[in-house]
Amino acid sequence: MTPVNHAVEIRDLHKHFGRLEVLKGIDFTVEPGQVVCVIGPSGSGKSTLLRCVNLLEQPTAGKVFVEGVELTHVDVDIDAARRRVGMVFQQFNLFPHMTVLENVTIAQRRVLKRGKTESERIARDNLDRVGLSEKADSYPAQLSGGQQQRVAIARALAMSPSLMLFDEPTSALDPELVGDVLTVMRKLAEEGMTMLVVTHEMAFARDVADRVVFMDGGVIVEDGPPDQVIGAPQHERTKSFLRRVLDPTHTDV
Amino acid sequence: MTDQSTATEPSGPGGPPPARARFSPRKRQQISRAVQYVVLVVAAIAVVLFVDWASLAQNFAKPEVARETLPELFTIALKNTLIYSIGGFVFAFLIGLVLALMRLSSVRPYRWLSLAYIEVFRGLPALLIFLMILFLPLALPGFEVPGGLYGQGILGLTIVGSAYMAETLRAGLQAVPKGQMEAARSLGMSYSRAMITIIIPQAVRIVIPPTTNQFVSLLKDSSLVLFLGVSGEYVELTKFGNDLASTYANATPILVVGVTYLLVTIPLGYLAARLEKRQGKGR
Ligand SMILES: Nc1ncnc2c1ncn2[C@@H]1O[C@H](COP(=O)(O)OP(=O)(O)OP(=O)(O)O)[C@@H](O)[C@H]1O
Ligand SMILES: [Mg+2]
Repeated sequence: MTPVNHAVEIRDLHKHFGRLEVLKGIDFTVEPGQVVCVIGPSGSGKSTLLRCVNLLEQPTAGKVFVEGVELTHVDVDIDAARRRVGMVFQQFNLFPHMTVLENVTIAQRRVLKRGKTESERIARDNLDRVGLSEKADSYPAQLSGGQQQRVAIARALAMSPSLMLFDEPTSALDPELVGDVLTVMRKLAEEGMTMLVVTHEMAFARDVADRVVFMDGGVIVEDGPPDQVIGAPQHERTKSFLRRVLDPTHTDV
Repeated sequence: MTDQSTATEPSGPGGPPPARARFSPRKRQQISRAVQYVVLVVAAIAVVLFVDWASLAQNFAKPEVARETLPELFTIALKNTLIYSIGGFVFAFLIGLVLALMRLSSVRPYRWLSLAYIEVFRGLPALLIFLMILFLPLALPGFEVPGGLYGQGILGLTIVGSAYMAETLRAGLQAVPKGQMEAARSLGMSYSRAMITIIIPQAVRIVIPPTTNQFVSLLKDSSLVLFLGVSGEYVELTKFGNDLASTYANATPILVVGVTYLLVTIPLGYLAARLEKRQGKGR
């Protein structure tokens, strides 16, 4: 048994898709209350790593622990384990046939078996947290992308998770809507939520993250505080990635 | 082909004028249209001249006979047609859903079973299925379809409809974006919970237009109940029309019954088209 003090612990994680090895041995921990941003070029395996943390992808080898529970154990109750881990997707993935309120209550009712009044109260509290209490009766299609993403955050928070995973939560948004979502996430970080965030928003990573992890080619290349990884990167791969991201007009192909 | 623009182009200076089609495309189109109209008029005149209208009216639109179909046309025949086809539709939908879920199952034998059922029953004529039901008691002595004649008719239509319904629903289930299942699972829902509350409701919405068309086709196939030897209070529209037509030695009831079918099928067809259009816009 692993000590319970890690929020997430990943040991020698490998993931293959057919013959393609996407994760080539990842070792990595997140402490409770930490905000860890994962950066790296497209195709480097960031999403796959995140999806292995709540087992949306089944790892090929290695172990994943969340709050000391081994999710990769064959006899684990994966549905129960996932309740403790919220996930926010790039494409929001709200349920289009339900109102905002139903989106935020459905899993509380069906999974946590909370009553109607209790789940609605918790839903409204969380919609309030993301600044959308007045949209409770709208349908997702009636909301802007930024509003949809904030509903998705409220939906995950309503399950009272101890860890939140974000997979490029602002990448599908129009530039002027990115700020609203990042503000919500920043607030969440300040409230002490443990967060693992895949993002291309370097300013967010620098300001909010306790640690930044740079991935490339299925391995972690650099892992440390943002001042170090973004401010003074050690590896050439990190440097060239940051040059491309921070100054896109000066790409050295 | 000669150049399309020759008709409008002035012939070039000097050299001989380019070879010109005998008619310009516009002219050709006019001639073709005129020919079509002439054919239509000739056909219409022929029909008017050669059809014996008096005898046709006597045979197909005799008011006295038409009156005889009421009220049973609606109180028995249409009612039974609706019972058979709605019953068949409901069961076909449920069985189709089970087959569609089996088809997408991770258990391989389920996929095979479902595929076998779909291939077999989609490939058989509906009439053959009704004849099989008719001879079922011979094959399985002592076996009786619950619900008597209604049960047999509904069973036939269920078998006819379920294979198509399975394919439609499978397509609907697959049309729901993958992220929906992932979002549901990430909230701690089990696979079946997510299917029931998230995926199936969306799939059903997607397949409403095609299933409306399938209902229309089941409604028409309900005429095959005729071959089960239904009579009296169990007759549906076609059998009803056929019986009355023999009684009066007159085809009017057939026409009346035909109009009654259209009263249901045409509005449903329009409904399906409208739902389809709305969905195309909404998504
Ligand atoms: N389900 C899958 N089947 C096959 N290959 C996959 C699958 N999911 C991801 N991959 C491959 O794995 C590699 C890593 O993908 P991943 O989505 O983890 O990258 P990423 O770092 O998140 O990239 P991006 O920044 O573009 O989102 C890619 O080459 C991708 O094509
Ligand atoms: Mg990704």
